[in-house]
Formats: sequence, C-alpha cells, structure tokens
Amino acid sequence: MSMILHPSRRGFIKGAAALAGVSALSGFSAVPAYAAGLTVGFIYVGAKDDFGYNQAHAEGAAAVKAMDSVTVIEEENVPETVDCQKTMESMINFDGASLLFPTSFGYFDPHILEVAAKQPGVRFQHAGGMWNADKHPAHVGSYFGYIGMGQYLNGIAAAHATKTKKIGFVAAKPIPQVLLNINSFLLGARSVDPEITCQVIFTGEWSLAVKEAEATNALADQGVDVITCHVDGPKVVIETAAGRGAFVCGYHADQTALAPEKYLTGAEWNWAKVYTDMVKTTLDGGMIDNFVRGGLAEGFIKMSPLGPAVPEAGRNQFEAVKAEILKGGFAAIKGPLKDNGGNVIAEAGQSFVETDVALESMNYLVEGVVGSLS
Amino acid sequence: MGEGDLGLWAVLVAMIGGAIRVSTPFIFVSLGECLTERSGRINLGLEGTLVFGAMSGYAVAYETNSAWIGVLAAALAGTVFGLFHGWVCKLPRVNDIAIGIALMLLGMGLAFFFGKPYIQPVAPDLPAIPLGFWSSSPQVEAALRVNVLFVVGIALAFLIAWLFRSTRIGLVIRVVGDSSDAARAMGISVDRVRLLATAAGGALAGIGGAYLSLYYPGSWNEGISSGQGLMAVALVIFARWNPVNCIWAALLFGAAGALGPALQSIGISKGYYLSYAAPYVLTLILLIATSSTTRAVRGAPGELSITK
Repeated sequence: MSMILHPSRRGFIKGAAALAGVSALSGFSAVPAYAAGLTVGFIYVGAKDDFGYNQAHAEGAAAVKAMDSVTVIEEENVPETVDCQKTMESMINFDGASLLFPTSFGYFDPHILEVAAKQPGVRFQHAGGMWNADKHPAHVGSYFGYIGMGQYLNGIAAAHATKTKKIGFVAAKPIPQVLLNINSFLLGARSVDPEITCQVIFTGEWSLAVKEAEATNALADQGVDVITCHVDGPKVVIETAAGRGAFVCGYHADQTALAPEKYLTGAEWNWAKVYTDMVKTTLDGGMIDNFVRGGLAEGFIKMSPLGPAVPEAGRNQFEAVKAEILKGGFAAIKGPLKDNGGNVIAEAGQSFVETDVALESMNYLVEGVVGSLS
Repeated sequence: MGEGDLGLWAVLVAMIGGAIRVSTPFIFVSLGECLTERSGRINLGLEGTLVFGAMSGYAVAYETNSAWIGVLAAALAGTVFGLFHGWVCKLPRVNDIAIGIALMLLGMGLAFFFGKPYIQPVAPDLPAIPLGFWSSSPQVEAALRVNVLFVVGIALAFLIAWLFRSTRIGLVIRVVGDSSDAARAMGISVDRVRLLATAAGGALAGIGGAYLSLYYPGSWNEGISSGQGLMAVALVIFARWNPVNCIWAALLFGAAGALGPALQSIGISKGYYLSYAAPYVLTLILLIATSSTTRAVRGAPGELSITK
C-alpha cells in the first residue's frame, strides 16, 4: 500500500537513470571522494515544513547548508519501510553522501542497520535512543535531547492555566520518548498542583490528521482545558484545541502563530546547533560520538516564548524551574513515585536525573496519567 | 450530568459528533463514485482527486481569503481530473481501473508539489451551523456544530436518488451503466454520458477534499486524507450503488472512527489498536452478512468491469 501511496521520487529517478544507460555511471565509486567536500543527506518521514518534527530537523539541515564545503541533500515523505533503504542507498551511491541523518524513529531497525552493514564507509546518525554499543556497528550513532524537561516546563505553565485540573496529551505511539514526555508533562503540572490529572489518547501513528483532530475533540469533551501533543505535525492538534477554547502547549517547533492567544509555551528542538557541531567534527577529520545527548543547558532544546495567558505567578515559577534545569542534574522522575497501575517506580529519595539512560527504556505511565500502553 | 461529565453517554455523543464531523468527505466522494459507477465506469482515482481538491481548495481560499471560492476551485479541479479520466477511458483498449490508479498517484503527486508553500499558512475556515444551541452541555454543542457542506451532501444524496428514479437524465445514466448496447440502440452517446458522469463525480470528490482542508481537520498537509478516498470508493459497493445508502454508510464509518478516541478519553484505554480497527471490522461483518453465494451483487450496474 505505502509503495502505491508514496512512490519514491528518488527510486523513480534511479530507475530512469538505469534505463538511460548505466554504463555512464559504472566508473562511480561507492566510497565517496572526500577531499571535494562533504555531502550530508537528511531524510524526513513527512513534509519539512509541517510545524513539527520534520520542520525542526529541516531547520537544522538549513543551518548545515550554510556551512562552507558542505553539500546538503534532502528527501521528504520517505515512509518507514524499505523505501528509506532505497533513499539511503541512492544518497550514498548517486550523490556521494558520506554522512546521513535518517531522522525518523522507525528508520533505525532494520533499515539503517541493513544499509550500514553494506556501507562501512558511511556515517549514519539516528535521532532517538536505539543505538547500543554491544549490538550495533561503530559507524552508526544516536543523538537525542532531553526534551522531557521541556514538557515538564510545559506542565508548569499548564498547571497555572487550567481551571478544571484536567490536562490532556495527544500521543502517537507508546515508545519511551513519548512516555517520558507524557509523564514529565503531568509531573511538571503536579509540582504546582498535585490534584491535576492528565488524560492521554494514543492515535497509533505519527501523522493522522483526522484521528488527531478526533482525539483533541474527545479530550475537550471530557473537560480537558490544556492540551499538548507528541505527533509529527502538531498543527492540527493546536488549531483544533484552540478552536474548542482549550489552552495549548507546543512541541517540536514554535506554534505560537497558530493560536497566539491560547498558546502557553512549547518544547522545541534546536537541531541547528547539534547538526553544525557534528558536521564540523566530521570536516575536521574527527569522529562523532556514537552517543550524543543534551538538554536545555547544552542548547539541544529551547522553550517557546511564554504566551499572554500565563499568569504572573506561572511566569515566575516557570523561569525559576528553568534556571534550576539549566544548572544540570535536574530530576523530573523522583520518588516516592508509582505508575498508574500502582507499581512502585521510585522509592522515596530515589531519583532519575535527566541524563539517566534508564529513562530511555521507560515503559510506564505515572500515577495521575489516565491511559494505558496497549 | 450537568457538571460537564457525561460518563458513558460521552461516548455516544462523541460518536454522533464524530459521524457528523468525519463523514462529510466520505459522503461527497462516495456520491461522486456512485454517479460514475452507475454510468458503467469505475474511477479509482478519487483518492488523488480528494487530495488535490484539499490542496487547491486550501490554496485558493488562502489567496482569495474566501473559503467558498476555495470550495469552488476544488470542485473545478475535481472536474478537470474527472474529464481527463473520462476522456482517456474513451480510447480503445484502455482499462478504467488502471487509469484510475494512475490518476490517483498523479493527483497526489501534483497536490504535494503545488501544495508545498501552503502547508504553513492559515486559510479561512468554512462556517458551521450551531445546531446544538439548545443544549447547556458544551459536549453536545460541540458535537452538533454542523458544517454547511454536510447538509449539502445529504440533500445532494436525495437529489441524486430522485434523479436516478424519476428523471430522464437518471434513466440515461442507468441505461448506459446497465447495457451500453441498449443505450446505443436508443441513440445515446455512451462515451459522452460517461464523460459527464465521471466529471461530475470528480467535482464532488474535489468538494470532499475542500471540506478536509477547510473545515475538519481544517489545514492542508500531505497526510490529510490517509486513504479516505479509497475507503469511500469501497463504501459505494457497501451501499449497493444507492445514493441514500451512501449517507448511512458514511455516517456509520465516521461514528465507528470516533469510537477509539472517545473510549480512551473516558479511561477505557486497553486495546486501543483494536477499537481503531472498528470501522474496518464493521465493514467486513456487514459485507459478509449481506453477501450471498447464489446470486451476483445486488444493485450493481451491468457494465461495471469489476462485476461483469
């Protein structure tokens, strides 16, 4: 189905090139010539101006494009299927890319791993926490940011805006990064008012406009009055929620323009810094670390400007906690804490700071979150 | 009640609301396909027409600052796609299903290509009629916010049913769809009737697309349809080529689609992947229940290539 619905443009060009006479290309080496400069490939699962995940990465790619002796190639709307292997192969073999950023979560296993096994000279950088030194090759790496902290700050702003003490979360899939965001959003809100609950609705896919709108409406029907999300393009959720009179917290990119009155704040990626650093390391002949992480302090993530609906007290608390997080070593998940099934997550005194790798395999929703994983 | 907490009733209200919000594109596309299929041709390209209609409607609404001009533009774009399909299928040894699939891909490709600059801007929305004004419950009010296009779609279904039943135009379409030989004997130009029926079907699908981008969910992006145009084509078979049944099929589909989020919102969240499959399970059950091993599909136009 997805082959029919999403024909790969690159696949087509490749086919056409083969028909036109592949002999002309036979002298082309699979290992790219390096001295001529570095070719970097970015692959997105959706449109690169989606007000969300892909836009955040594309803004990073734009910053790389502005660097000297770097050529950037991009492809959008590449599904998490064998299509993305074709895209990677053609970026490597036809465009001479030696550094790839396949940005979507589902690209990693098996797609990046399969192409990486065939292309030892190419560096693969994947956004998300999937790379494991014991299992995966050394020319593959993962990078991610502690954006859960951003959702914690979202939660603080939400707690100061909610009247019904019900906040809501439209989530795509129950993977660790999404669960950490949901839990952080609620815990941030509960740090202000422990009676607040968070209703979560999973849509099952990264981008399903109608289902996201339905989920937002269902939350509003239940009296939820602050909504945030973790889907690829938050535009539909933000517009639908604001249309129902709910406040919104953004995610991935700045969505202030979509609902200026209702937008409280938002957790945004700042990939421009991360990507230019990585490309600079490569150009200087160094190796990028296989495991790259950072948060607010390292400039990996940033917060949208606070909206007009956040009251004075909320602003002060938001800024104070943000300053605390910037010092490093902040823990949103700390004991005593139970999950929403009553199991103990952390004993009193125990805490998981933002950099704790254990958070990257999160498989629970904390007490106060209404919802389940399957 | 009262305090905005409806409990299990909330699921029912949400399903009614979902049926009204989600069904409109299904209604328009399935009515368009119904018209085309009754003339004896299948246009599988309506998914592409729907997506292109969504894009062109949004783009024109943004440029002219009028949602209605956007709807008009989407209908015009749909007409062009329909005319193209009808014209190509007139040529000898052309398969209408293959052309349909080609047009589906073409429509989506063109929409993605021309739609790039319109993903970010915010276009004006179509107005809604607040039929829930009598209720003090915000949930009921929200569920009964009915878009004008929904009303138009339902009226159109009855109009098309009347057209088929009691007018000469309807008779001509039916004759062409049931037996092209009989139609030729009557002196009717089969190709021209099919061309016009496919064009009208395309226009309706375009309007369905405009509803997606201009009302609900109300913005243009490349994943906006997620296969709704294809489902609507299947709904026509499910509705047995009867325009009024198309409404019911579309409403049922919309309501079943709202079930998943509504159940999760009241805390019944186990097995949400299953509740999301509800529309498809429902379709399967109904199709099996109404099928027969001894006779052909009831109501199918005789000239249709899939039932011949």
